[in-house]
Amino acid sequence: MSTAITRDYTPGFYEGDRPKLVTSRFEYEDSYTLERYLSTGGYDGLKKALEMGPEAMSGEVKASTLLGRGGAGFPAGVKWGFTPQGVWPRYLVVNGDESEPGTYKDRLLMERDPHQLIEGCLIACYAAGLSQCFLYVRGEMAVAHERLADALNDGYEAGYIGKNIMGTDFSVDVILHWGAGAYVVGEETALIESLEGERGMPRLKPPYFPAAIGLYGQPTIVNNVETLANLPFIAANGSAAFTAIGTETSPGTRMVAISGHVKRPGVYEIVNGTTTFRDIIYGNEFCQGIRDDNELKAFVPGGGSAPWFVSDQLDIPFEGREASAAGSMLGSGAVMVMDSTTDIPEAALTLTRFYAHESCGKCVPCREGGTWLLRILERICSGHGTDADLDQILEVGQSICPGEMPHAASERIGLDATPFPYKMTTICFVGPSAYAPLHSALTLFRDEFEAKVVPAPKRISIPVAVAGS
Amino acid sequence: MSTEESSVTEPVVADGDVSGDVVLDDADSAVTEPEPDPDVVMVTLNGREVAARTGELVIAAAERHDTYIPHFCYHPRMKSVGMCRQCLVEVDTGRGMQLQPSCMITVSPEMKIDTESSTAKRAQEGMIELLLANHPLDCPVCDKGGECPLQDQAFSHGPGESRYIEEKRHYEKPIPISDLVLLDRERCILCDRCTRFADEVAGDKLIQFTQRGNQTQVMTFHDEPFASYFSGNTVQICPVGALTAEPYRFKARPWDLAAEESTCTSCSVGCRVVVQSSRDEILRYQGVDSDPVNHGWLCDRGRFDFEAVNSELRLDDPMVKTDAGLTVTSWNAALTAAQQLISDALGAGGAEAIGILGGARGTNEDAFAWAQLADALGVTYRDAQVGDGLPASILGLDRATIDEAASASTIVLLGPDLKEELPVLYLRLREAATNGGSTLVEFSTVDTGLTQYAAHSIRYQPGLQADAVSDNAELLAGDGSVVVVAGRSNLAESPDETMAALAAVLAANPNAKMLPALRRGNVVGALSVGMAPADPDHDGLATLRAAADGKIDLLVLVGADPLNDCPDVQLARRALAGARRIISIDTHPSESTKHADVVLAAAAYGEKRGTTTNIEGRVSTLVDKVTTTGTARPDWMIAAELSLMLDLEGGLAQVTSVEEVTSAIAAQVPGFSGVTLEALATDRNGVLAEVVPALLAPVTRRAGQRNSYDHRLVVSRKLYDRAVGTAMSHSIAKLAPGAGAHLHPLDVDALGANSGSDVQLIGERATAILPVVANSAVPRGIVWAPFNQGGAVEDLIDGNAAVIDLKIEVL
Repeated sequence: MSTAITRDYTPGFYEGDRPKLVTSRFEYEDSYTLERYLSTGGYDGLKKALEMGPEAMSGEVKASTLLGRGGAGFPAGVKWGFTPQGVWPRYLVVNGDESEPGTYKDRLLMERDPHQLIEGCLIACYAAGLSQCFLYVRGEMAVAHERLADALNDGYEAGYIGKNIMGTDFSVDVILHWGAGAYVVGEETALIESLEGERGMPRLKPPYFPAAIGLYGQPTIVNNVETLANLPFIAANGSAAFTAIGTETSPGTRMVAISGHVKRPGVYEIVNGTTTFRDIIYGNEFCQGIRDDNELKAFVPGGGSAPWFVSDQLDIPFEGREASAAGSMLGSGAVMVMDSTTDIPEAALTLTRFYAHESCGKCVPCREGGTWLLRILERICSGHGTDADLDQILEVGQSICPGEMPHAASERIGLDATPFPYKMTTICFVGPSAYAPLHSALTLFRDEFEAKVVPAPKRISIPVAVAGS
Repeated sequence: MSTEESSVTEPVVADGDVSGDVVLDDADSAVTEPEPDPDVVMVTLNGREVAARTGELVIAAAERHDTYIPHFCYHPRMKSVGMCRQCLVEVDTGRGMQLQPSCMITVSPEMKIDTESSTAKRAQEGMIELLLANHPLDCPVCDKGGECPLQDQAFSHGPGESRYIEEKRHYEKPIPISDLVLLDRERCILCDRCTRFADEVAGDKLIQFTQRGNQTQVMTFHDEPFASYFSGNTVQICPVGALTAEPYRFKARPWDLAAEESTCTSCSVGCRVVVQSSRDEILRYQGVDSDPVNHGWLCDRGRFDFEAVNSELRLDDPMVKTDAGLTVTSWNAALTAAQQLISDALGAGGAEAIGILGGARGTNEDAFAWAQLADALGVTYRDAQVGDGLPASILGLDRATIDEAASASTIVLLGPDLKEELPVLYLRLREAATNGGSTLVEFSTVDTGLTQYAAHSIRYQPGLQADAVSDNAELLAGDGSVVVVAGRSNLAESPDETMAALAAVLAANPNAKMLPALRRGNVVGALSVGMAPADPDHDGLATLRAAADGKIDLLVLVGADPLNDCPDVQLARRALAGARRIISIDTHPSESTKHADVVLAAAAYGEKRGTTTNIEGRVSTLVDKVTTTGTARPDWMIAAELSLMLDLEGGLAQVTSVEEVTSAIAAQVPGFSGVTLEALATDRNGVLAEVVPALLAPVTRRAGQRNSYDHRLVVSRKLYDRAVGTAMSHSIAKLAPGAGAHLHPLDVDALGANSGSDVQLIGERATAILPVVANSAVPRGIVWAPFNQGGAVEDLIDGNAAVIDLKIEVL
């Protein structure tokens, strides 16, 4: 059994009168134990899945329109269909390398209900015909790692994992792998490289999905922790029960991690598609407003790499398409709230510093451009910037994300929205992530940047003596 | 721009394979309506319709159609990685124009490619600006300046101005990553070329990226230098001046170099090279991409042994032995002395009293001229090998080309460790095994460079190779093509054993083709044009035996150094003592020249024109890039002069130029009729000489099983030894590993020895003391020693013995 953790490490989690698809056990102190899991309907979904057969199960997942919760929001059932038939072995890789700034929902899912994730993995392996499962857990998440390890041991012992699961001829091994804490390894192909023991660098695309050629060159499905955690519910209650919650395009619930200047930061399971940002930030059952009842200045709608929203976007529902149209993305489901006391350039610097530091070094625009942006911002924030630097930020950004950049509308400065996404010159999203939030901050709050810079010294052209003149 | 610089910094795909090009980009081709070729994909490139090949990368297709796309990480001989993002172009595959790295996208029907749109140009300029942001711009003191892809492309595709005003990244200026290569991390643009080469091509994964993001850098592992035999290639393919090679650093500026294409003769693979010189001194060799041979790669010995040509120890002038020892004299006097020695020998003992050894270090013309002289004199004791190769009759077998070997379904390795002896052939076969789907079947006594890539690596005790082959005949009998690579795997074992193994392979699969793995630069050429012995009783070893027995009045050494080359060094010593007179024609002083009565200074590689023949029989040209040292002359010229002075019928008394000799070879040598001056001038890849079929002589196998208390001796070559080309090149001479007796660690324990302590190897003929090295690559019961490393192991070798068994005593 797991070692007792005495320190209060847990991020906030608050109950509410909302559907609980993946957090139903969070209320129990011993939610992570097999006993608790079994006494609260655990492994029922797997049992049902084994009864209905793989085709029916994967049909249920397709019918549920379960969207990937890792950031891209791709339908999980469709993704499973990309694996070529008849090629063995084939793998499920669980992306537990949750490292997007502001995101800590998967961490809770792994810490508080590891069996739910494991059951989800087994259902996915059964439905998509995968022979082995790798759980890749972020290096910093020691508790999650520990509890998953215990859960795996208990699950193996109880016959839920391994050979002939629950007495059937379905066998799957689940292997736990502890990462070393690189942001880029959250990118699925970099995660596969890391899992293979290589340097964590994204693979080249195409192929765009590792479904055909993934881990060790075999067909591989990479799914996010939260995506898989939904599967026990879908298997046990059917896709109709799942689609009954949320909207047609975004059914079910979503885990949202809220941080920053709110009264009650924490993780909330919200109804997908209908809950607005205003609900989340100001709602009584959610964050209950800004600290000290300050004014809202800006907020990050979907993890550190997303362009920012301002109060104009408060009434947009937490839904992928709506967020895209408004100029940002929901990404990994992390909202970071900044109140009126926030120094916007400093906040942008914090994010850019993170992404510049997390660049793997593979593509030039990210490796050189990210650091260049950081250097400029550092100068601006330390009072050594000029107005030419602000344009230079946009110029460097053009080398990372050519063309028009998405940003939100702002009535304050009379700006219309440019919808998501951006174009990029890099292989993965780390490079653009260093720029996109900075760009939106600079677009929405240029005045704050301008307040920090001095006019650039005029370039003096020195007349050159020309021979004969 | 690309074509100009490409001869040096980028491998050039030699004409051979591209000449059969799909040239459908004629605007009028619609009129004739040619047969639709399934391998042709029509794409629109910058508004014009061009024919690409199925599966071709956009960047390659564009370059073939004269549209240069800037790039740094892309290299046609390695897998694309898309790291530098410099080759971004706009590509439309039906979903609108998208910026795509052209090194990652293969052509598809009706693809539209725009390499010059404003979006593409902005992206390309942006990448150059980003690459230059942290690049030190120390071009004036950088060796690459003037031939630098970053410099060139900053001019051709860059924004022209940098807006980067931050502090640049700083690292310690060049740090040595091996004995030959230095790394300047400030200049490095992290294109992954060197690291990819080390991993993918050379198989020596000794350099890797460390750190990440802006601090990413190329680095070796702790205490493990980049000691690859192929490290020089990384310097050549580095698109900036980050990697520099010790032998060329600060020697010249690229615009001061004069360059001509030639063929490397350090070994017999025949890699195409560019010989570059300045102020009449050879300063650098660069690999040229010859599709049938070296794919642009060179080994470090071939790349850096030009230092031997420039060596101060070169023989400048002819010398004649006087009472005061060898004394410099005029050519007239020296040649007269040589003529006198020949006449005296003819008068005293007839042609049977003359032996001529050598030719394998020179050109085809050199060997042919001496063979003609030997013919005219009636000399039968002649050989281009001195007991260090295989009988010349193997050249009469159905011979495979390197390409055929590298594409064979089964490659059988009977020969030596190719990584040590024919390094670029090792690269080709390694690639065949790792990427090409060939199955390697290796029969060897110890682990070799290819062992880890072999599907079957079969160990045998020296002398029992043929049994090992026969026991595994089913591995060789498949339906697919089978090529056997045969050479001398063990210099302490009779070549008869290898020949028996070769016969066993051919018995198992009569359709197998053979690729000879004879090492010395032009040994195949020399043997083919007349320096092969007529029978085994007059071969190199027989000549030395006759000399040792006092039957040879005059021994002529044409670039041969028996004391260094002949494994049976005791025999060589007795032969040089027993021969009454010796003429030595050589480039450098050697142990053998010391014994000579007349020493004729020979022109070295890079100083003489001519042709050379590689293992597959490919004849290609050599260039005289610099004038000869002192008054040295090419070997052929010396033979021609002597023919004239001796007033011989036949011979080459009348020739006045090397081209006449080349033509004479084409006219007279069987199989060489296609090797005309015109053919050589047309195809830079060279011309394949035809095989003159011959039968293998039956051999008698004599080796038996080893006594359990003996160790059996294996002596084979390392890439770096005391051979003249290496020993006289200071940069690589120090890389020789040194002498030692390598034993399996358990054998070392069983002897009660420690690694590094001296042991006594007791053979029938002699006793040698060597430091013992525990080496798990050596099977139990075998003692392996590298050849010609300055130790005494050669004393143990008896050219008459089938195998050498030793007792080992700890001192």
